[in-house]
Amino acid sequence: MITPELFDHLVELAALELSPHEAEYLRRELNNQLRALQELVAVPLDPDIPPALHGINYPREIRPPLRNDEWIPSSHVETILKQAPELEERYVVVPEIPHQDLE
Amino acid sequence: MDLCDYAAYQLVRMIKCKQVSACEVLESTLKRIAAVDGLPGQLDGDRDAEPNKVHAFITLTAERARRQAQQIDRAIQAGEEVGPLAGVPFTVKDIFCVEGTLSTAGSKILSNFVAPYTATPVARAEQAGGIMLGKVNLDEFTFGSSNESSAYQPSPRNPWNTSRVPGGSSGGSAAAVAAGEGCLSIGTDTAGSIRQPAAFCGVVGVKPTYGRVSRYGLIAFGSSLDCPGPLARNVSDAALLLQVMSGADPHDSTAANLPVPDYVADLEKPIKGLRVGLSPDYFRLTYVAAESGELEQQPIPEDYKQAIYRVAGRLAEMGADIIEDVPMPHTKYGIPAYFVISRVEAASNLHRYDGVKYGYRTQQPVHDLHEMYRKTRGEGFGLQPKLRILMGMYVSAAQYSEQYYMRALRVRSLIRRDFETIFNPEGRYRLHALLTPTTPTTAFPIAQVYGDSVLMQFADQLTVAANHAGIPAISFPCGFDPEGLPYGAQLIGSDFSEALLLRLARNYEIATETDQWRKRIPPILRST
Repeated sequence: MITPELFDHLVELAALELSPHEAEYLRRELNNQLRALQELVAVPLDPDIPPALHGINYPREIRPPLRNDEWIPSSHVETILKQAPELEERYVVVPEIPHQDLE
Repeated sequence: MDLCDYAAYQLVRMIKCKQVSACEVLESTLKRIAAVDGLPGQLDGDRDAEPNKVHAFITLTAERARRQAQQIDRAIQAGEEVGPLAGVPFTVKDIFCVEGTLSTAGSKILSNFVAPYTATPVARAEQAGGIMLGKVNLDEFTFGSSNESSAYQPSPRNPWNTSRVPGGSSGGSAAAVAAGEGCLSIGTDTAGSIRQPAAFCGVVGVKPTYGRVSRYGLIAFGSSLDCPGPLARNVSDAALLLQVMSGADPHDSTAANLPVPDYVADLEKPIKGLRVGLSPDYFRLTYVAAESGELEQQPIPEDYKQAIYRVAGRLAEMGADIIEDVPMPHTKYGIPAYFVISRVEAASNLHRYDGVKYGYRTQQPVHDLHEMYRKTRGEGFGLQPKLRILMGMYVSAAQYSEQYYMRALRVRSLIRRDFETIFNPEGRYRLHALLTPTTPTTAFPIAQVYGDSVLMQFADQLTVAANHAGIPAISFPCGFDPEGLPYGAQLIGSDFSEALLLRLARNYEIATETDQWRKRIPPILRST
């Protein structure tokens, strides 16, 4: 069960700002989804069953070879820079970065 | 029948022998779009506007398409070699980057993003002579099965009945293809997002083996599940597009380094002796009851089941062996496992949208960077991305990840084993393909399911297992329900068996060529 306190913590971690209406919908749906997960938690699993990061196996023969360690300049630098919401002399500008003491 | 209604393989032939020009085919298609599509999806658009139109598009790039068509015509006039898609108009789900086009993912947070480069599958279709018509609508970041979650409204409607959803998330792709707005479309499938809308709109959709088609330039959702693939009005056209999209790509280290077989050449080879299975686990739905939280089962509608059994009958007449009662015991865990794996991957992929380097940034005054992040993401993401981010963070948190994320990955191994067992050439079943319904129901009414994120997800129950297992599957139309909505049949195969699945589906097309239901056209086209 995701309590309002836990929910607020997740929202903070996710860097989201929510309206009260959105928060109510999202917490309810999260808890509904968690109920749908109860069966997953109950599946009998032998200890020898490995986690599968991909469905298909990637035997070496179908894996692409590693690329050579070469610097290839991007031909899109200007168009990529143009996408930035705020730019000053090719620097991307952001608001003040607050000081934070690491725990 | 207009030029835009011809099959892609027919158009290529006609264009190459100068019977028609690529420009004529394009103009016919643009005329169809003008007649049936109505308003394109737009930010803060009216959800209920023009309820009798298709609304497949977000961005129509008619001038870009005209330049491409003129190039093809010039090349043909000059006697130059042109590619296998020469002059064929196609659309692209707006989750792919296409250089110089708005590439929105159906989200406000990318509403001003103009892609600086083109995704590999799209680039290959263009290199093969295909004419890119524009970008079609989808569920926001592909998160949905109905297209209703797009930030661009009105969202697409089903050409067979515009009060129904087209399915999703490649709903714009399926609706466009069904309505003759381009012969082909490039979509993506993470849990069924090509096959489910293909079934709902009565077209063919292929989810290739994971790694068969490069994901370079695809805006990522679930990176271990996402597969680009073709949608088309017939199997041969789907094969044609898959052929050019597939293959290794130095830009994607998960694109398999494996030669691409000729998907077109063997389409009509006989299917005698191929073993096709039917599993009771694919004719019932397992879902979590809203009240009790208990797992409950219900059979899929009898008429849908009969439609799939008729497909089996036709395949048997063509010489296939039908094997019944194939057990697929872990199918029912597909959605719960997906709720975990896809959310963790989605949350990870969506962290990059922060209003710094590209995309939307809040216009409100902010004190610091963190407030800018929160406001940008709060305003830029719709409810469905927010839900996936929060769920992904919860189930991957240190204290829960063993219980949820690691378990889900291990359950994925079990789902994969079900398939390895039935496809094992030395095993008891020795199947070449499993035949199932694509969806639990035909297309549901707009507004009936949207908002209930659990119920919406269960629309993918019969398709998601192939994504977990990484294996290929195809959905193709197999008749209509009493309300005139298409049924979709699905064939699932072993790793890289696309050619075989396409061959089975093409043989079914041949067997049913003269059936009455094949003559139907979407009602929305009757007035054009």
